[in-house]
Amino acid sequence: MDPHYQHLYDILAHSQGYIFPNEIELQWGILIVVYPFITGLVAGAFILASLERVFKVRILQPTYQIALLTALSFLLVATMPLISHLSQPQRAYEIMITPHSSSAMAIFGFVYLWYLMVVLLLEIWFDYRHSMVVWANEKKGIMKWVYRILTLGVSDISPRTVRWDRKMGYIITVVGIPSAFILHGYVGFIFGSIKANPWWSTPLMPIIFLFSAMVSGIALVMIVYMVITYFRKKVIDLDVLDSIGKYLFFVLILDFTLEGLDQIHRIYVAEESFEIIKLLVSGKLYLTLFIAQGLVGTIIPLITLVFLQFYKHKIRVRKTMYFIVSILVLIGVYSMRWNVVIGGQLFSKSFSGFTSFKVGLIGLDGTLMAAFWLILPIGILAFLLWLLPPWRMVKEEEEI
Amino acid sequence: MKFYVPPQIPRLALAFAIFITLFLVLRHFLVPDTFGKYGHYRAASLIDNAQPEIHYAGQQACFKCHQDIEDKKAQDVHSEIHCETCHGPGEKHVVSSKVEDILKPSGREFCGSCHIINAGKQKSAINQIDLNKHNVGKNCIECHNPHQPWEMKK
Amino acid sequence: MSQSTSAMGNEKIKTSRRKFLKTATVLAGAAIGYSWLKSSQILLFAAEPKDESLPWYGIVIDIQKCIGCGNCAKACKNENDVPAEPFFFRTWIEQYTVKNDGSVNIVSPNGGIDGFKQTVPDEDIFKSFFVPKMCNHCAKSPCVQVCPVGATYVSPEGVALIDEKYCIGCRYCVQACPYGCRFIHPVKKVANKCTLCYHRLKKGLAPACMETCPTGARMYGNLRDKNSDLVKFLKEHTTQVLRPNLNTGSKLFYNALSSEVR
Repeated sequence: MDPHYQHLYDILAHSQGYIFPNEIELQWGILIVVYPFITGLVAGAFILASLERVFKVRILQPTYQIALLTALSFLLVATMPLISHLSQPQRAYEIMITPHSSSAMAIFGFVYLWYLMVVLLLEIWFDYRHSMVVWANEKKGIMKWVYRILTLGVSDISPRTVRWDRKMGYIITVVGIPSAFILHGYVGFIFGSIKANPWWSTPLMPIIFLFSAMVSGIALVMIVYMVITYFRKKVIDLDVLDSIGKYLFFVLILDFTLEGLDQIHRIYVAEESFEIIKLLVSGKLYLTLFIAQGLVGTIIPLITLVFLQFYKHKIRVRKTMYFIVSILVLIGVYSMRWNVVIGGQLFSKSFSGFTSFKVGLIGLDGTLMAAFWLILPIGILAFLLWLLPPWRMVKEEEEI
Repeated sequence: MKFYVPPQIPRLALAFAIFITLFLVLRHFLVPDTFGKYGHYRAASLIDNAQPEIHYAGQQACFKCHQDIEDKKAQDVHSEIHCETCHGPGEKHVVSSKVEDILKPSGREFCGSCHIINAGKQKSAINQIDLNKHNVGKNCIECHNPHQPWEMKK
Repeated sequence: MSQSTSAMGNEKIKTSRRKFLKTATVLAGAAIGYSWLKSSQILLFAAEPKDESLPWYGIVIDIQKCIGCGNCAKACKNENDVPAEPFFFRTWIEQYTVKNDGSVNIVSPNGGIDGFKQTVPDEDIFKSFFVPKMCNHCAKSPCVQVCPVGATYVSPEGVALIDEKYCIGCRYCVQACPYGCRFIHPVKKVANKCTLCYHRLKKGLAPACMETCPTGARMYGNLRDKNSDLVKFLKEHTTQVLRPNLNTGSKLFYNALSSEVR
């Protein structure tokens, strides 16, 4: 026996029932769990930012730039788990040069580029342009040049020009909302369009992905806001937390309803695959679906958020509770990604058995790699906050 | 007064134009030559897929030298079984008869790989033998000629 | 910097910039135009050119004839250099045993290469049969549909093939195949599957699994040729494809397929 294949023999020994012989090894591991999780954080954070801009939710103003920069730092990393899980990563560029128009994965490259280049970068650029020009004039040495390059050499900050920054920024945000919806709906479609897999193949998949994305993005911005305020030794604005919490509550309710609807539909129509899926959710997915995603990630946060609407006393307690709720929600959404990606591969397409999955620690498809791609955006965010501090931005007169 | 163009817009347009041009130029050089000739794939891949060497020569190649076996086989129930089913891949041997990698399997186990009793087999498909009862201890080919099974040896 | 001194300089820059912009636009336009001319068809969903002079291959597997000897799976591994480990199969055989209590026992030890041992006692068996599996060479292949780069495709002869030099190893095709026919080759690190022995077909030889099948349970042929043995067989027998509900356009037709098979 070739020791190279030892892990496959181990899995074979743990498989149950009948699975097709090629199905022993899971094709998509933890990196593909991380990928929709990260993309979801991007879409969610952006949508929260757009609330402030487009729907004029003034109270969220302190989180506007934070949300944008958070979205950018995670978006920059979003494709990395995908690329690093490829068996031939050096050929990844082929997706851009010969995209197959019928493949959900191929078009994702362009959806991603559109979102990065046209939506996020432009919006941030227009938002910061005035400030960057001022900083370029204030700073000395290398930083002066960095800001000058970032402004693309446009140093005009006359009121007329700056007004255009705002105008363009607004237009881009309006375009950005459907873009964010498409970006993450699309990730859902990558799974939802696989008709061979009954656990994935549902038209609700893009919508479920979208709402869970908003849940996770909003929770992340709440955490980032609290952490940043803590490090800057400033006072956390409870009104901000309350209103983010309110949005989190509404979106979480919607998300819960949609996912519930999906499951109820599955149970009621009880198609060919129903028996194997019943075994899947009551067995291998019990912990991550019912406990992590359902109880910890949805029910407990919902109850807590309702409670926080009425409980208006101790400020410290409320802050801590918001923090914990956000963490729980993130755990819940991560579990949801896990349940979709891993859960969909655990049962055989023969509907007669299960393979098993154990995440490795090291290696290109291991936990450490996944953790790296999750931690890297936080580093990028710290850098961006240093480069483009929202709290040093040039104040402008109120919009029309 | 002329129509006001905010200076940041043409600058951005320029940046995007450079980016898109760069992408198109790169794409021009990176797309494989034969891509898209017949469909959304590299046409040269059809040739690649026809390239691998064969291992199984096909029984017509065997019969070119072993006509005696062809004649023998034709007279009995194994006539439809091609040589390499039992004798293994023979292309090397066909190319040079000096390569003697042809399998000459014998033994109850080997014949049993087809003839053993299994409820999954249709009665009409094959003669099934209970290896635990049928002439135990004897090798099949002591009585049966594998090329002509019903011409019993003494 | 005061407004008055910069005005002149700005004017100069503006003219040179305009010139540059002009040049850039022309260059970009030319590049776009040329690139479009060169390969506009590959940006669109490329239509399959239907070359009537080529065969359009289909396959028949007769379950009544299969005896589960495993020669096909063994020959396939020999012919196509598939690793011997029991996790990589271009073709394999399953044995279904329906018991009297209605439960179904499915096995495929080492893909059936080493043969089968019936573990269910005879008196409990309602019925039992072997089902050889291989790529269905679908006309509307889900695997081809999802490949992001065009590294898998249906050849003009109707054979689903893989471009090993172009596959990026994303494994989306493995997920999309409802029949479990694809795997990632552990050495080549690209997707791999049955090619209907395309290299043999091109030399006028039968696929290795069919060359070595002792009972003639497997057949391939030209679906366009109404006089071919394959078409005749399809005419005279009631055949069925796997998973007809998924509309994959499967060209692998099973004779005597039982409803337990998936």
